[in-house]
Amino acid sequence: MLFSETLLIALRSIRANPFRASLTILGIVIGVAAVITMVALGNGAQRAIDEQMEALGGDILSISSGNRWSHGVARNELSLTTDDAKALDRDTQHIAEVVPEISGRYQFKFGNRNLNLDTIGTSPNFADVHRFTIAQGRMFTEGDNASRRRVVVVGSEIPNSLETTAANLIGRSAAIRGIDFEIIGVMEEKGSPGWGNPDNDIWIPLNTAQFRVAGDDKINSISARVAENSTVELAMVDIERVLRREHRILPGKDNDFSIYDRKTYLSARQGATEVFTYLLGGIAAVSLVVGGIGIMNIMLVTVTERTREIGIRKALGATRFNILAQFLIESMVLCVIGGALGLALGAGTSMLLAKFAGWQTVVSSSSVVTAFSFSALIGVFFGIWPAQRAARLNPIDALRHD
Amino acid sequence: MSINTANLDNEKPVIQLEKVRRCYTMGDETIYALRDVDLEIKTNEYAAIMGPSGSGKSTLMNMLGCLDTPDDGSYWLNGKLVSTMNDRELAHARNQEIGFVFQTFHLLARMTAVHNVEVPLIYAGMRKKERLRRAHAALEMVGLKDRMSHRPSEMSGGQRQRVAIARALVNEPSIILADEPTGNLDSATGKDLMKIFDRLHASGNTIILVTHEADVAAHAKRHIQLGDGAIVKDVKVAGNT
Repeated sequence: MLFSETLLIALRSIRANPFRASLTILGIVIGVAAVITMVALGNGAQRAIDEQMEALGGDILSISSGNRWSHGVARNELSLTTDDAKALDRDTQHIAEVVPEISGRYQFKFGNRNLNLDTIGTSPNFADVHRFTIAQGRMFTEGDNASRRRVVVVGSEIPNSLETTAANLIGRSAAIRGIDFEIIGVMEEKGSPGWGNPDNDIWIPLNTAQFRVAGDDKINSISARVAENSTVELAMVDIERVLRREHRILPGKDNDFSIYDRKTYLSARQGATEVFTYLLGGIAAVSLVVGGIGIMNIMLVTVTERTREIGIRKALGATRFNILAQFLIESMVLCVIGGALGLALGAGTSMLLAKFAGWQTVVSSSSVVTAFSFSALIGVFFGIWPAQRAARLNPIDALRHD
Repeated sequence: MSINTANLDNEKPVIQLEKVRRCYTMGDETIYALRDVDLEIKTNEYAAIMGPSGSGKSTLMNMLGCLDTPDDGSYWLNGKLVSTMNDRELAHARNQEIGFVFQTFHLLARMTAVHNVEVPLIYAGMRKKERLRRAHAALEMVGLKDRMSHRPSEMSGGQRQRVAIARALVNEPSIILADEPTGNLDSATGKDLMKIFDRLHASGNTIILVTHEADVAAHAKRHIQLGDGAIVKDVKVAGNT
């Protein structure tokens, strides 16, 4: 018997009870939509972390002035200096590049506009190490740094904040803390790595910051890129060794700085997100199973209702397999229709969540395929028992049934 | 020689039962619906199975129609042993060898006359075009040319039973089995219907009727009387149709 005939019989019988069929399908629709949405949310969260990882570039360690404990009181004072940065650059084997950062929040004046911006004094390799690209103009050079030039590179949001364009800013002058600077570059958009927004920052040469703006040699943090052929662990030991020596910390005393591995932190968050995704997906899957039980229930009712039809079909030459296929395909058709509608609903919900709640969602093709084949599988799983009951009916008893 | 072979073919039984036994257990009691029935029906016979209710008519009918298999004994249908067939083979036999006409018509309510007649051909694996051609021809033969796309609910009892007959003969079976075909029809309609069976017989079909009405049985050329699960009388009667 042809498959298309069986499909036609199934469709005809679904059409005979449209209201009942829609209610049954609704269970699957909700289940599939829930799975799609939940997995899209989970995937979105994961994608966000992946992007942050990507944005971080290679293995980068952040060294910051740690809390120094004095008589049980945490005293947050800056312990790192530009000399520390130089020492790290000079005396370590496991670090490829060192990027010191002096940061402060200063007034930024452009024409008649005033902004309060995080201003970072750093070395020219900052952009390279932190994977920033210049959209317009140029990054400052070692020469700018050495001669303490008053040049500034601004984040991608700044032209917007000043209500002008990036091209318009290049070569114009702006005042930082009342000191005149020339704007020489605008960064490409970077996006938030999970803390702060670098697109709102501005960057000036380290020496300029130290000698013209901040006025001391204290630095907030040092970023260190781990050498290609080394490991994060070795680099950390290296940094600790050099800084303890520079800071003359006696054996047994605590560090007055802390080393922080952003990537490790993100990996941990990634793991947590993954668990979260599975959890959400699992809860949604439960609703899909409940929908499947609805299918089974309706199929059992259908088989009972159509016992006589089964008897007639058997008397006319239908085999057990024909009857099994008929009811199995009917339940699969219900589930696949439900799956398709659920898919649309889930994808729509994900899009709305992304648009209005601002959550990143990713409807991956794999989750679509999974939800779809899973719903067909539910059709088989919950349809097989009723279909078998139908197939096993004795034709004589079935014919006598009313 | 060739004439001889043809004669032999003509004599070859379509149905052959040998010591067929069928019993049911109800509680501790065993009820014998058929006790060692021997029966032979040849091609183009027109037989009526008669008997009071509980005599085993229905059981015999189900047996002949391959809906049931004997507990003991042998049943050959067209030379094939039915009593040992599995589900698939039984379904195939029902599809190819048997055309059923039921007392209560047993049409599929949601389908039109053509679709109802088509059903056995679907299970025979026939293509749509050929199916429709055959279904149309069968419906024309029973005089329902202008009722092809009516549903059972839109037809009279007589028309429904004609659809059932068209369905029974559409796959050109070896035997047409009719279980009280006029039982749910008024006598005038019943008479019209019996004319169709007579015509089918005249065109070479083998027909077995189950009935308890004498005037229906009168159409048949052979009367098989059942009583308490056994054949009590088996007589050929002169054709008086």
